[in-house]
Amino acid sequence: MSENKPGRKGSEPRQEMPRQDPMVRRTNFDEVALGYSAEQAVAEAQRCLRCKKPFCVSGCPVEIDIPGFVTAIAEGDFDGAARKLKEKNALPAVCGRVCPQEDQCEKYCVLGKKWEPLAIGRLERFAADWEAKQGRMSVPETAPPTGRKVGVVGSGPAGLTVAADLALLGHEVTIFEALHAPGGVLVYGIPEFRLPKSIVAREVEFIEKLGVKVEVDFVVGATRTIGELMNEEGYDAIFIGTGAGLPYFMNIPGENLNGVYSANEFLTRSNLMKAFRFPEYDTPVKVGKTVAVVGGGNVAMDSVRTAMRLGAENVYCVYRRSRAEMPAREEEIENALEEGMILKELHNPVRIIDDGNGWVKQIECIKMKLGEPDASGRRRPVPIEGSEFTIDVDVVVIAIGQGPNPLVPSTTEGLETNKWGNIMADAETGLTSLEGVYAGGDIVTGAATVILAMGAGRKAARAIHEYLMSKGQA
Amino acid sequence: MHKIIKKEALTPEIKLYVVDAPLIATKVRPGQFVVLRLHEQGERIPLTVADFDRDEGTITLVVAEIGKTTKEMGTLDEGDGILDVVGPLGKATHIENYGTVACVGGGIGIAPVFPIARALKAAGNRVVSIIGARCKDILILEDWMKGASSELHVTTDDGSYGIHGFVTQQMEKLIGEGYKFDFAVGIGPVPMMKAFAGVTRRHNIKSIVSLNPIMIDGTGMCGVCRVEVDGKTRFACVDGPEFDAHLVDYDLLLSRQTTYLKEEKQALERFEKCGGDCGKHE
Repeated sequence: MSENKPGRKGSEPRQEMPRQDPMVRRTNFDEVALGYSAEQAVAEAQRCLRCKKPFCVSGCPVEIDIPGFVTAIAEGDFDGAARKLKEKNALPAVCGRVCPQEDQCEKYCVLGKKWEPLAIGRLERFAADWEAKQGRMSVPETAPPTGRKVGVVGSGPAGLTVAADLALLGHEVTIFEALHAPGGVLVYGIPEFRLPKSIVAREVEFIEKLGVKVEVDFVVGATRTIGELMNEEGYDAIFIGTGAGLPYFMNIPGENLNGVYSANEFLTRSNLMKAFRFPEYDTPVKVGKTVAVVGGGNVAMDSVRTAMRLGAENVYCVYRRSRAEMPAREEEIENALEEGMILKELHNPVRIIDDGNGWVKQIECIKMKLGEPDASGRRRPVPIEGSEFTIDVDVVVIAIGQGPNPLVPSTTEGLETNKWGNIMADAETGLTSLEGVYAGGDIVTGAATVILAMGAGRKAARAIHEYLMSKGQA
Repeated sequence: MHKIIKKEALTPEIKLYVVDAPLIATKVRPGQFVVLRLHEQGERIPLTVADFDRDEGTITLVVAEIGKTTKEMGTLDEGDGILDVVGPLGKATHIENYGTVACVGGGIGIAPVFPIARALKAAGNRVVSIIGARCKDILILEDWMKGASSELHVTTDDGSYGIHGFVTQQMEKLIGEGYKFDFAVGIGPVPMMKAFAGVTRRHNIKSIVSLNPIMIDGTGMCGVCRVEVDGKTRFACVDGPEFDAHLVDYDLLLSRQTTYLKEEKQALERFEKCGGDCGKHE
């Protein structure tokens, strides 16, 4: 397995990630994790066993040459590491920050069997940031133009990946973004303190350097339909990566009171519209003293931590199962708890009570216990009768999930969706029910992770390339 | 960047803008809206499209200067640009030949009524329009509405021009005189639309209103624009903005519109104190 002596190399503890102190960081929007120094990165990279059969790579949805880039770091060739990453991943600075590595590459790292797995995500981030700090941006050479036009709907992780891959293959790619800034969930959803927007802007700039055109303020389904793009504007293929852009509510009384937000709205105001800088920026957001965030996923954790930074004193996370079932990354739950999140596990909101003037005053919850496992394999929460009680709150944020936005499916004749409204697409190719139309990411799978969307984009790009090439010379 | 081709003060506080937006101009239909953002620090606000010129590639927006963003927009001149204009958003008005229709517009609501009245007339309807304002000085688009209607009634709350009273009172009066409306559109301030729904409900007239809640993205992503229609939560941006006038919860709409009253006041005071420069140069 390793050319080095087993039992020695890799046994050193994993390099800790320097982070802002919890009590300091809950008052600012600066990035929480500060990144490795060069010394730390080299030391960590040297823990790698350089397995002949690298299991880590099989855990990576975009198949990054992990031993390759880690070896470059270990040898001090940081530029080389960044180049290696970009061969397979157009968004390394993003992925190094927001991928759930513990469930992917690092889960398969052989070191983890006996010691701690290699900190692959942190090293990825280090290499990408190092290149950015040098003010360099290595741009791989693109193939000669094929004369084929591809439209990409949505500039989130799936769309950016498809666009980069196809541009590298010589196709003319245009991304259509409905909002005024590209990045999708990376800009409207994930907060600044977890993923600085300057980093997203840089990754988008890289993709533009590959020749991709980005059209913001363009709502496919409204400004132009997919049919119009293909039949009138000459697009040979379309990729739909519109994400999970439809907020779910609980359908409980009081949900339309003032002071009740969807997580999408709450985070969009703060992240995209920069409400944390109101009134310098025009868009406001309310938090008051006490906020209840409903839900236990990453979006809920982002909402909790955003509420704290906006000045809320008490921030509850109301979750109907127990902490063990929370879908958020463990690291994010720990971060939020360190910053002072009050976790109300096994609590389910039953109604939101008003103050008589149209505003939220209290949230009424019922206590839950765990029953038998449900279809998802998690134990089903069951209400404990008569256990209702109220919490005084100023703001409620509903973060129980997002569904597929119907704008594209409803304006594209013949595009098949499932009963939840997700676009039906082949798991290997992303091909939909329409020739030349592909889809991937949350719009197909339902809300998942950045890297899974990128993996779907990677597969779709391959299939789109094959499709375009099978059509012969343009 | 979308250039302002023409700017005209309809009243001291209501301005008309003809804006370069070719992608939108070729697609927009009556009843639809755009979301705009003036500059990098700006908020996103929805504005219903009052007119469009497909050949020139322009859309016309009529804006009442009530808050910071609309007042700041008023400081822009012809030739200046608006950073973002996105659309056309929302569902277009369903246009067919109903027979006789009432097009009722109150205050700034006259602007979105105009293209609907024009389209209904073109579809063969007898269009009886009733428009009104608080007083003569703030009545807008009377000439446009004259052209778009078979018959035009004008009211002012204070009697300074036209018929003394509210648009809804005039509608009630016309019905009393024997007018039979097969369909009605009412757009204006929420209390006016609520009163309009009262009239059409009493007389069993199928009718629609266009709702104007707070919006951000305008594509169904954030959910701030939720309204209750027939007891169900709907998103005005994608499910509307037009809904059956009889089924809308107007009190909820009014309440939700006031969510940021305090912040809006703060932003406006700050804007007025620094003479319009604070938003752009910090």
